[in-house]
Amino acid sequence: MSIDARITDEYAEAVAEFEPVIGLETHVELGTNSKMFCSCSTTFGGEPNTHVCPVCLGLPGSMPVVNRVAVESTIRMGLALNCSIASWCRFARKNYFYPDMPKDYQVSQYDEPLCFDGYLDVMVDTDEGPRPYRVEIERVHMEEDTGKLTHTGGATGRIHGADYSLVDYNRAGIPLIEIVTKPVPGTGSLAPEVAKAYVTELRNLMRALGVSDVRMEEGSLRCDVNVSLNLPGAEWGTRSETKNVNSLRSVERAVRSEIIRQAEVLRSGGRIVQETRHFHEDTGRSTSGRSKEQAEDYRYFPEPDLLPVAPSLEWIEELRGTLPELPALKRARLQAEWGISEQELQTIVNGGALEIVEATIADGVEPAAARKWWTGELMRVANEREVELADLPVTPAQIRRVEALVADGSLNDKLARQVFEGVINGEGDVDAVIAGRGLAVVSDDSALLAAIDAALAEQPDVAEKIKGGKVAAAGAIVGAVMKATRGQADAGKVRTLLLERLGVAE
Amino acid sequence: MTAITRADVAHLARLARLDIAPDELDHYASQLDVILQSVARVSEVAADDIPPTSHPIPMVNVYRDDVAVPGLDRASVAAMAPAWEDDRFRVPRILDEEQP
Repeated sequence: MSIDARITDEYAEAVAEFEPVIGLETHVELGTNSKMFCSCSTTFGGEPNTHVCPVCLGLPGSMPVVNRVAVESTIRMGLALNCSIASWCRFARKNYFYPDMPKDYQVSQYDEPLCFDGYLDVMVDTDEGPRPYRVEIERVHMEEDTGKLTHTGGATGRIHGADYSLVDYNRAGIPLIEIVTKPVPGTGSLAPEVAKAYVTELRNLMRALGVSDVRMEEGSLRCDVNVSLNLPGAEWGTRSETKNVNSLRSVERAVRSEIIRQAEVLRSGGRIVQETRHFHEDTGRSTSGRSKEQAEDYRYFPEPDLLPVAPSLEWIEELRGTLPELPALKRARLQAEWGISEQELQTIVNGGALEIVEATIADGVEPAAARKWWTGELMRVANEREVELADLPVTPAQIRRVEALVADGSLNDKLARQVFEGVINGEGDVDAVIAGRGLAVVSDDSALLAAIDAALAEQPDVAEKIKGGKVAAAGAIVGAVMKATRGQADAGKVRTLLLERLGVAE
Repeated sequence: MTAITRADVAHLARLARLDIAPDELDHYASQLDVILQSVARVSEVAADDIPPTSHPIPMVNVYRDDVAVPGLDRASVAAMAPAWEDDRFRVPRILDEEQP
């Protein structure tokens, strides 16, 4: 049995016996120009320790000042998540001794989050079709990111076994928002899919609002996943918190593997320890971190160096006015405009193809054709190459050109796929690939007739069948002709010519 | 009462990476003591009708515009570091402690 099949079996057994309750804490770096409390640049990829100043290095006497856009982005995100916005709240110091923050504390918000009590509706694919879930939001608060540590000297690059660590504070002080859900019960076996759909929708929302471009590969979105199991009808179980979950795929995997792990512990008579676990992308499993009972007291207290945030109703309403069409409404509108089913829409959305399909249609391509290419051949290629669809070097204009060539008979579907393969391989634009590969539908009747005659001569029995009225047998000859012309013929035309040749009516 | 000892000051100085000479410890201990006693007196006079406060200035909503400006140059940052390697701060190995 394959590993995948074994996991599927173990998971099915786990959710048949236990009911999961999940919760997610998502940290997202905001896309501001400058840091949360100082004017250092937030540009990713700078030389180490070049985006630092006395404030984000925690030098004595330096004073932080809040970035207005970070507050506005948080309020806009809160509004988009249907949250209430606090009329008055403070920052707090979260004290801990770890060199990723030079101040020995992180400025965060504690019991006074800027936004609270909201929800986000998500759609999950099931065997019976797409199904909506409402994920309730506990809070959305502001904080600052930490510096980046590189552990040196150990074999694994992890903390244990490291001789010393090197710290780059460029990331320290970049604005973060943390979005915390309330516990989500009632998802049953769909818990991993709900978790993934929720984080995906958060990402869509943040991109739509323009508050973050959410580059997961750069670590700008990180999730902590809480999972507990209980027997049906029983109280909720003890939860674990899995950190390090840094991709959409991992969100799903982390929930699934933790459900399996906890079910095994419970079934063998053990008890779940409230602890922090660390997810490992490579193995898809988590290992135990510190136990929560021993977690240090962070000694939160109000940040004296920063004044309270007290957004007026006028400011909040002004920000509400800047909200764009939210993703759920936009999807409903596009579904109606394109005349597609909920299932077809979900295929586009789940493939991460919504924006590019929309752009392609806006470029003048028929909705059906735009959908066909992006969710069909191009998605297959993207999956095969393990890249995001949007990262394929194919543009809406190229789809429009290929479609035009298909419409006027210069290309057929098979050749069009080869054209895209060439474009993706960097062989040039559509026409350059066609010229370079010599791709063109053979429309010269005499060449096609010669190929048809050759195929008929090779398969005289089939020729007789067709003549005898078995028109369905024509497929074999058409196939042979397509093969002989290396796919560069219009199959419909070959068929018509073949039937004419044999004097058979359609 | 003496709340702050020489050992406390030495400990705090180490946490704050301040290089305080042994003969300065008594000096700072007595200064910090004055501060602690002053704060204690505030607690004595604060009645139930006085709400706890975290900020002495009655201001809210103090913000700056989101404009990036260059910070310190790296040579001066490196000069402040107790240890420096590969353009980064070098810190001792950390055992049994994790990011929050």
